[in-house]
Amino acid sequence: MPDKRMTEEDVIAELRDGMTIGIGGWGSRRKPMSLVRAILRSPLRDLTVVSYGGPDIGLLCAAGKVRKAIYGFVSLDSIPLEPHFRAARQAGALEAMELDEGMLLLGLQAAAWRVPFLPTRAGLGSDLLTAMPEIRTVRSPYEDGEELVAMPAIQLDVALIHMNRADQAGNGQFLGPDLYMDDWFSLAADRTFLSCEQVVPTEDFARFGSFHTLRISRLNVDGVVEAPNGAHFTECPPDYGRDEAFQKQYVAAASSEETWSAFAREWLEFESEVEYQKALAARRQG
Amino acid sequence: MGGSVEAVPGATRAEVCVVAVAECFRGDGERLCNPIGTIPMIGGRLARETFEPSLVMTDGFAMFTSSCLPPGVNPYRNVDGRLELDEVVESWNPYPQMFTVLWNGKRHVMMGASQIDRYGNQNIACIGDWHRPRAQLLGFRGAPGNTINHTTSYWVPNHNPKSFVEKVDVVSGVGYDRAAALGPRAARFHEIRRVVSNLGVFDFETPDHRMRVRSVHPGVSLEEVQEATGFELAVAEDLDETRLPTMEELRLIRDVIDPAGLRTTEVKN
Repeated sequence: MPDKRMTEEDVIAELRDGMTIGIGGWGSRRKPMSLVRAILRSPLRDLTVVSYGGPDIGLLCAAGKVRKAIYGFVSLDSIPLEPHFRAARQAGALEAMELDEGMLLLGLQAAAWRVPFLPTRAGLGSDLLTAMPEIRTVRSPYEDGEELVAMPAIQLDVALIHMNRADQAGNGQFLGPDLYMDDWFSLAADRTFLSCEQVVPTEDFARFGSFHTLRISRLNVDGVVEAPNGAHFTECPPDYGRDEAFQKQYVAAASSEETWSAFAREWLEFESEVEYQKALAARRQG
Repeated sequence: MGGSVEAVPGATRAEVCVVAVAECFRGDGERLCNPIGTIPMIGGRLARETFEPSLVMTDGFAMFTSSCLPPGVNPYRNVDGRLELDEVVESWNPYPQMFTVLWNGKRHVMMGASQIDRYGNQNIACIGDWHRPRAQLLGFRGAPGNTINHTTSYWVPNHNPKSFVEKVDVVSGVGYDRAAALGPRAARFHEIRRVVSNLGVFDFETPDHRMRVRSVHPGVSLEEVQEATGFELAVAEDLDETRLPTMEELRLIRDVIDPAGLRTTEVKN
């Protein structure tokens, strides 16, 4: 099997300004944060970000890297509203495609199945369709003649996902309660980069969980980054829970430019992910 | 606008709200009861523990569970540095599967509403113009899909003229006038069953599906409810006080379902 191991910086080298980037996970859960932090360190800009959003979208908005966000929501779970995303929306700083949560899944599925749209009842009668006239309806060609929403395919240039375990070829294993839509993100993208807590030999997957947990295939993965604690400060069960104290600090820091730049100096302006993790370890000792 | 709260013998306002929420699920049988928020969760679980034992419920994460974790309790516990699930799981229902459940229709959700109007149009998306919101809220989230696919009820813990409005800024959840405009076929799964607030219980059982006061909570007057509402309410002919919890219901709420008393964080006494 191929060896697709690479570093966060190798992934960044594959990305370009203006790309459409899908980010897996859900809210403040199992986000590929080490890859997000690498984007923050990079000069990349003008991105379209597709996500069941959490601090991934928030941080990228705070750094001015988002031209457009396509999302089912942007939330930190235990703190319902993401402060940087809210500020960006309220300042009109980004273009928004705000979808019903299920519609985003259908958009990814349509891209994965290589069809232009998938029909759904979701959205009918709501202001979602008036706010975003680019989302159109379609009439059933069958006898019922029913009008449905035609959720357009959301084709991704790149998907970034974080798994508990992976092998060097890009097979991914999730050990938590939910895969979220990570399989669909990987299928909807031209290329997928997977970070994981630990790279293990393929034959070791069975030690960690049943074959039901092997839901990401190397067919749809182009690079593997070993990133222990890489989802921090979001949760990555059963390896670790959310760092609620850090998340609170993150939200509190967003309240003013002054506190935010102090937070950024302390937690964002590192040379590498290794430095970030060192600082975190020191904080835990602290 | 909490109203003057008279002492209800044995039961607090929050507990009356819990029972009013539970009553929304009466008759649902074997259906996914999916209340979101603290008092809705307590109420849904109360319904299952008492008069609707067949209800299926989630832990709020990825499982249908038959055990009864109190609200706010994380189903994971730390065992030697690893997180393990601590609940009785009857089915795995991760998010992608949840959308299948809701498009399939066997679900009754109770959501919040930042704004709601007389036809049950709900807004949780934002305040102001959607293109440049004055305040970005949760976004559309699941509201468009929920309301057009299965039964929906709403919980509003702070009933005031800014939440019960003449016209919502953005329609996230579809109300009866919007559903009617779609025609009977598109709207055939649409049902807004009830709204429960800290002041009363409301339904849409009027000829044109306008919101109707069904009961006011003990210690609340009809005038007080109307004053707190930004549009004219229909009033049920048999308008009554919301019923009080039974002794057994009080025991379940206090000792089993919500021993930490989280219900008082949503509705003060």
